[in-house]
Amino acid sequence: MQGIGRPLTRRFLLGQAGVAGLACATTPAWAQATIDLALPGGPDTRPITTAFPEKAAMILQRSRPPLLETPFEVFDKGVFTPNNEFFVRWHWAVIPTKVDVAAYKVAVRGHVNQALSLSMADLLAMPRVELAAVNQCSGNSRGLFQPRVSGGQWANGAMGNAQWTGVRLRDVLDRAGVKAGAVAVRFNGLDEPVVDGAPDFMKSLDVDHARDGEVMLAYQMNGEQLPLLNGFPLRLIVPGWYSTYWVKMLNDIEVLDAPDENYWMKTAYRIPDTPHASVKPSESGFKTVPINRMVPRSFFTNVTDETTVKSAAAVPVRGIAFGGDCGVSQVELSVDGGLSWQKTALGRDEGTYSFRQWSTQITAPGSGTLTLQVRCTNTKGEIQRAEPNWNSGGFMRNAIESVRLAVAESHG
Amino acid sequence: MAISINVIAYGAVFVAGVILFSIGTPDERAPRMALAAPAPATESRQAAPAPSVVAGGGVTLHSVSIDLPDSGRMFPGPGSDAINNNCLACHSAGMVLNQPALSKSAWQAEVTKMVQFYKAPVSEGDVPAIVDYLARMKAAD
Repeated sequence: MQGIGRPLTRRFLLGQAGVAGLACATTPAWAQATIDLALPGGPDTRPITTAFPEKAAMILQRSRPPLLETPFEVFDKGVFTPNNEFFVRWHWAVIPTKVDVAAYKVAVRGHVNQALSLSMADLLAMPRVELAAVNQCSGNSRGLFQPRVSGGQWANGAMGNAQWTGVRLRDVLDRAGVKAGAVAVRFNGLDEPVVDGAPDFMKSLDVDHARDGEVMLAYQMNGEQLPLLNGFPLRLIVPGWYSTYWVKMLNDIEVLDAPDENYWMKTAYRIPDTPHASVKPSESGFKTVPINRMVPRSFFTNVTDETTVKSAAAVPVRGIAFGGDCGVSQVELSVDGGLSWQKTALGRDEGTYSFRQWSTQITAPGSGTLTLQVRCTNTKGEIQRAEPNWNSGGFMRNAIESVRLAVAESHG
Repeated sequence: MAISINVIAYGAVFVAGVILFSIGTPDERAPRMALAAPAPATESRQAAPAPSVVAGGGVTLHSVSIDLPDSGRMFPGPGSDAINNNCLACHSAGMVLNQPALSKSAWQAEVTKMVQFYKAPVSEGDVPAIVDYLARMKAAD
C-alpha cells in the first residue's frame, strides 16, 4: 500500500481524503460496476446500474431525472431491443411513480368538433395496429461530438427498436373530428417540471403528419405493457422521427389552429437548417428548424476495438442498421479505409422503420490490425458520410462507424 | 412401536402436498409487481387491494407502482456550497460531473440557460460561485 513505510503528513492525508471523497461522489452507493464509453477527452467512466425498476443492467448517465443508456452489446442479440434494456430519457424530475390503468384518461381537445376523454379500455376497443420502429434520442452519440458540446453525454446506446402495438392517432383524431383550419397537434404527458413557471414538456406535429395513419399511440412494446420509465401506459410513436416527439405517459392531445410556440418546439430541439444539420463551431446567424426525421445509421455489434482475431482467419462480422425515415437499401463494409466497399447480407425485413441486421465474413490479415468501416444507404438513396456533422445541440450524428481489431499472429 | 419407512414416506408426500396446495398454481398467485413497496409486516394481508387492470381484445394492462432510486451524490470539493444548494432540486450531480470540459463562457451560458429558460431558482448572488466552480472542475480554454 502506498502509505506504508512513509511518514503520514498532513498533505498526504488530505490527498487521500480528497481521492476517497471524489470516489464516493462519482458513483452512487447503489451503482457497482463501471463502463468506459471512450468519449473523446472524457470523462468517460459511467456506473452500470440495476437499481431502476423494470430495468436490467443499464449505463447510468443521470439518476434524476433518469437517463439510462443501453449497453451496446444488447444490440447484438437481435433487432428488437428488450424492454428491460431499452434506453430511458426524461426531461423533468416530477414523474408519476404510480399509474392506475383503470383511472387513466387521455384528453383529445382543442380545435375539434367533440372533445374526448378516452380511457385505456376505450383505446383497447379501437382498431389495433402494430409497427416496428426505432426510437432514437435526438442526441444519441452526443458524447462523440468534437468539439464536445453540453447535454446528455451519450455514447451510441440512446436508441432501441421495438414492435409497438396500439391505435392510429388518425383514428383517435377522427373520433374527435378535427375542424377545418387545424395546423398542428400538440402532445403532453404526465411528467412535470420541479419548479413553478418552468416549461412543461410538450411536442407537436403538423396536422397532416399527425393524421398520416402511421403515427400511433402505443400501449404495448414487444408484446408487453411498456415499462413505466418508457412511458407506461401510453406513448406516442412517430415512426422515422427522433424520440423527442415520442411523448411518454401521454395524457393530452390538443389540436391547434396556430403554430405551436411552446419552448420545446420554438427554442429547444432546434437544428441548423443546413445539409446534415451541420455548421462550423464558430458559425452563427443560420436559420434553425425543429429537429425532425432521422437519418441512416449502421453499427457493428459483434466486434469492438477490444476484439482480437486470429491471423488469416475467417472473421464473421455483423451489426444493425436503419434507414432513418425510410427503409435500408444496402449496408456495405470497407476493409481499406473507405476506398472500396463490399455489400453485406441483410437480415429479415421487420418493417420500414425497424433495425435491420446485416452480416458478412472477411479474412483477417496475417498480422497488424484490421480496420473495418460500415455504411448504410437508405431507400431514398441517402448514404452515411465519413465526415461527422457538428451542431451545438449535439444532434443527428450519423457518421460512418469504424472499429479497429487486433490481429493475433499465429506462432506455428 | 417403530414407525415404518412407508409411514415416513407417505407422511412426507402428504406434507409436500399440503405445502404445494397452500402455495397454489402459478396462475393463482398474485401477479408479480415490479418493485412494489414491500408488504407491511403487520396483520391485514387481505386489506391489500388487487392491482387494477384493464383488458380488451386479448391485451391486459396492469397498474404499476415503482420507486425510483436517488443518487444522494453531491458536488465535491471546495467552493461547492452554491452549486449543491441551488442545483440539486431539478437534477442529480452526475449529469453535470459527466459533462466535458467547457470554457468559462460556455459554463456561464449553461447557468444562464438554467435560470432563464428552466426557471432554476438560483439566487443571483450565487451565480458567480456556481460558474467559478464549474469552470474550475470542468475547465477548457
